[in-house]
Amino acid sequence: MIKLPIYLDNNSTTKCDPRVFAEMTPFFLEDFGNAASKSHAFGWKAEEAVDYAREQIAKIIGANSKEIIITSGATESNNLALKGVFEMYAAKGNHFITVSTEHKAILDACKHLEKLGAEVTYLPVGEDGMIQVSQIKEAIKPNTVLVSVMYANNELGVIQPVREIGALCKEHGVLFHTDATQAVGKIPVDVLADHIDLLSFTAHKMYGPKGVGALYVRRKNPRVKVTAQMDGGGHERGMRSGTLNVTGIVGFGKACEIAMQEMEAEGARLRILRDKLENALLQMEEAYLNGHKEHRLPHTTNISFKYVEGEGLMMGIKDVAVSSGSACTSASLEPSYVLKNLGLDDELAHSSIRFGLSRFTTEEEIDFTIKCVTDAVNKLREMSPLWEMFKEGIDLKSIEWSEH
Amino acid sequence: MAYSEKVIDHYTNPRNIGTLDKASAQVGTGLVGAPECGDVMRLQIQVGENGIIEEAKFKTFGCGSAIASSSLATEWLKGKTIDQALEIDNMEIVEELALPPVKIHCSVLAEDAIKAAINDYRVKNGLEPLELEKSHH
Ligand SMILES: Cc1ncc(COP(=O)(O)O)c(C=O)c1O
Ligand code: FES
Repeated sequence: MIKLPIYLDNNSTTKCDPRVFAEMTPFFLEDFGNAASKSHAFGWKAEEAVDYAREQIAKIIGANSKEIIITSGATESNNLALKGVFEMYAAKGNHFITVSTEHKAILDACKHLEKLGAEVTYLPVGEDGMIQVSQIKEAIKPNTVLVSVMYANNELGVIQPVREIGALCKEHGVLFHTDATQAVGKIPVDVLADHIDLLSFTAHKMYGPKGVGALYVRRKNPRVKVTAQMDGGGHERGMRSGTLNVTGIVGFGKACEIAMQEMEAEGARLRILRDKLENALLQMEEAYLNGHKEHRLPHTTNISFKYVEGEGLMMGIKDVAVSSGSACTSASLEPSYVLKNLGLDDELAHSSIRFGLSRFTTEEEIDFTIKCVTDAVNKLREMSPLWEMFKEGIDLKSIEWSEH
Repeated sequence: MAYSEKVIDHYTNPRNIGTLDKASAQVGTGLVGAPECGDVMRLQIQVGENGIIEEAKFKTFGCGSAIASSSLATEWLKGKTIDQALEIDNMEIVEELALPPVKIHCSVLAEDAIKAAINDYRVKNGLEPLELEKSHH
């Protein structure tokens, strides 16, 4: 028997792996010391645990543990990377290059920096959600200090050509930051091979706890520095003050360790399940895949079911937890800017559903989801005036819709 | 945000889904909203000789609250005269369905659809369309 509801919103957050949770518990109740306390065993134990976890966290991205700055999550890591570089490298230039489909933590940090005098280029993506290396090459100017391009997109799962971008930045002496929140633990990421100078990631997207993340800051070739955005006790080599979240860090470390061991087999298994789900749903009439079909995370798919509105659809599949790019699910009443940036009609953006599988997803759950979504789409199309018009051959673009 | 039981009920068992003959002089059709906005409602009324709405049908592309608002509207319309139908206020729909503030516009759409259907009926029958105060979107 499968347990309902089914959780397929794993790009939003994941369940903490029980092995991670087990590793964390002693640090709440017994070994609760402050990792910065040098004068007693409580502190030493905590410090030891943090050191060990930091090794694991570094290893999953091919870094050295000295290059890991612990933060509260990827939002903070992104802010620290962008704002910290802006301040630290002000003498070198003020131009940043990023992409229109980045996470809000990048886009809004850029908006903030623009108010402080930064010049930011927001590059558009193609209709498959991909950025071309040539676009970045053309955008680099003498005053460019940083290029920030996400590793994999949170709404589409599309993987950007990070290695090529990294090589380009290196060649031009420009720093390269990547928000790898969705990629780390799901696909191999290597800061050396990918020529990455700064990298953000977070524990809760990879079966770790919420509220802990890291920023990788390269120490050699070149040595990169960021200006602290949080002042205080000078923790994390002065780049991020604040008593370390020992339990969170221990869990993050364990999550990285498990991911390193299981990523390959898990990715292969999830790809098969994801493809099964995707192929079955795309068999429906007027269902479209959003984003590049190949360059994509193995556990994510984003599909638009034309003539059906996303939130209405989610209500019809209440036993399956997913998310939608529909405006009706957002406070701003604007459909997903990521989907709009692919050049998708607003109408298709409203009709999109993102499915994100996890380590815990079973084939039975996927079979159930296929049936559930197919039935709901069919039912809602019977209720949809747009579907009726489509079936009658009426071009929806020819209708004068009332202003809203 | 959780949906109210009444929204769930109308969503799960929508009343009066369907299509009436748009060409008939007895039928008024209101099509409001826009696909780009994520909500389109089509509401139709069929008016009898005695001036009473004897049939009402809808189809809606939109969220659960929009579907429920239009389903409820068709229920309320049946058996009313045109004048009575014109009195249906979106806030009554909000109250009946316990819609949260972010879903008020779904009820506004239903009210607009009712008025648009009535106007279509009036025009077909040689009457002036009513001046509709532009509702608060
Ligand atoms: C691409 C990306 N960047 C950043 C974040 C923010 O991460 P956090 O929740 O750890 O702040 C997320 C998750 O929402 C994400 O998907
Ligand atoms: S139709 Fe968009 S919120 Fe109801």
